[in-house]
Amino acid sequence: MVLTERERFFLVDQNKLARFEFLVMPHRKAAYNLARWLTRNDHDAEDVVQEAFMRAFRFFDGFHGGDSKAWLLTIVRNSCHTWMQQNRKLALEENIGDYESTAPSPEAVVIENVDREALRRAIEELPAEFREAIVLRELEGLSYKEIGAVTGVPVGTVMSRLARARGRLARALGERKAGGLA
Amino acid sequence: MTCEDARGLLTAYVDAELDVAHSLEVEKHLETCEACARIVESQEKVRSAIQASGLSYEPPASLDARIESTIPRSAKPAGRPPMSWPWLAAAAAILLALVLLGRLPMSRVPASDTLIAQEVLDSHLRSMMPGHLTDVESSDQHTVKPWFDGKIDFAPSVVDFAADGFPLAGGRVDSISGRTVAALVYRRNKHLINVYIWASSAPNSAPTSAALQGYNLLHWTQGGFAWWMSSDLNAEELAQLGTHLRESASK
Repeated sequence: MVLTERERFFLVDQNKLARFEFLVMPHRKAAYNLARWLTRNDHDAEDVVQEAFMRAFRFFDGFHGGDSKAWLLTIVRNSCHTWMQQNRKLALEENIGDYESTAPSPEAVVIENVDREALRRAIEELPAEFREAIVLRELEGLSYKEIGAVTGVPVGTVMSRLARARGRLARALGERKAGGLA
Repeated sequence: MTCEDARGLLTAYVDAELDVAHSLEVEKHLETCEACARIVESQEKVRSAIQASGLSYEPPASLDARIESTIPRSAKPAGRPPMSWPWLAAAAAILLALVLLGRLPMSRVPASDTLIAQEVLDSHLRSMMPGHLTDVESSDQHTVKPWFDGKIDFAPSVVDFAADGFPLAGGRVDSISGRTVAALVYRRNKHLINVYIWASSAPNSAPTSAALQGYNLLHWTQGGFAWWMSSDLNAEELAQLGTHLRESASK
């Protein structure tokens, strides 16, 4: 029993479609959220997500199980960075220096009663690497390991970026400062 | 645990990414170290503030359509809402079953012939309607063969195979793909068999079988003629008549 090329293609195509529908489509909200935070713009976020889904469907044959959300977000994140490079927006970003101390800032600031809009602005002002770590962790609930996979850095770097990002946010929003710590 | 040891673990502690042993050690250290406790408090406050903020962006309504547009959906009927995955999975299963059960033998017919196969079947179904089967109703090959004279521009070989269990029932002129063709009608018990013959410049070819919508088809070219047979008869018996037709045509 032999299927023609066309029939085989048709079947494979249908299975692929069904799997894609089941595994990837449910994460479009997370995809948009990440893209929106990284591009900081509604219109660009939509463009990037559309582009990312196009790539995701094309690469879907190469997805052999694992976490489909992290898999999709990796593509979205890479699409965002490509977009940022094309738009020369990454060049304006500061060098966050992943090789400096990984310990949290000794000037720990404890924030209270955070204004939502102030928090949004503070996150938007973070360098992209910190911003994506924060969004993936706090808003999308990814583990360090998953964040490392999505952003292409070791788990230790994920941790240090989160620590430093939170330190910056705390300072930006801080109402009172801690005493200097040795 | 020293302050220095603890510092590197505080963030992972906040995020519950430490194993139990390290988590307990950090906890113990925090009881006695105000500076580290303050760092943990600071990180937790930021963490809970973001999580409680509802700062996730909701996709605009237009996004779904844009995502849909990137995914090829050749099988989806136009104008229908996207099917959910269980329906797609079911559709794929049904499609597979159809291919395996019915459509599969179609793959033995070259793609260029599938269109003709469909027309042959359409003609066959039309011929089953009352009054459409034969223009000349006779089991006598010497009546049927001359009947075609002047109606088509070739003289088909007309042979009665009653001795082999396939009596001739008659003939008619039909049309397949815009060609005027000779159609011979044979019987096998209660089954009717249409045999279509038309002039063809294609080289001789061995018979290929096909099943279409529950009907069996058989096709070959021989001696400058294209032959198509269609019937609800089983494929084996249809092939028997095909063999008789080929043998008699080659005489």
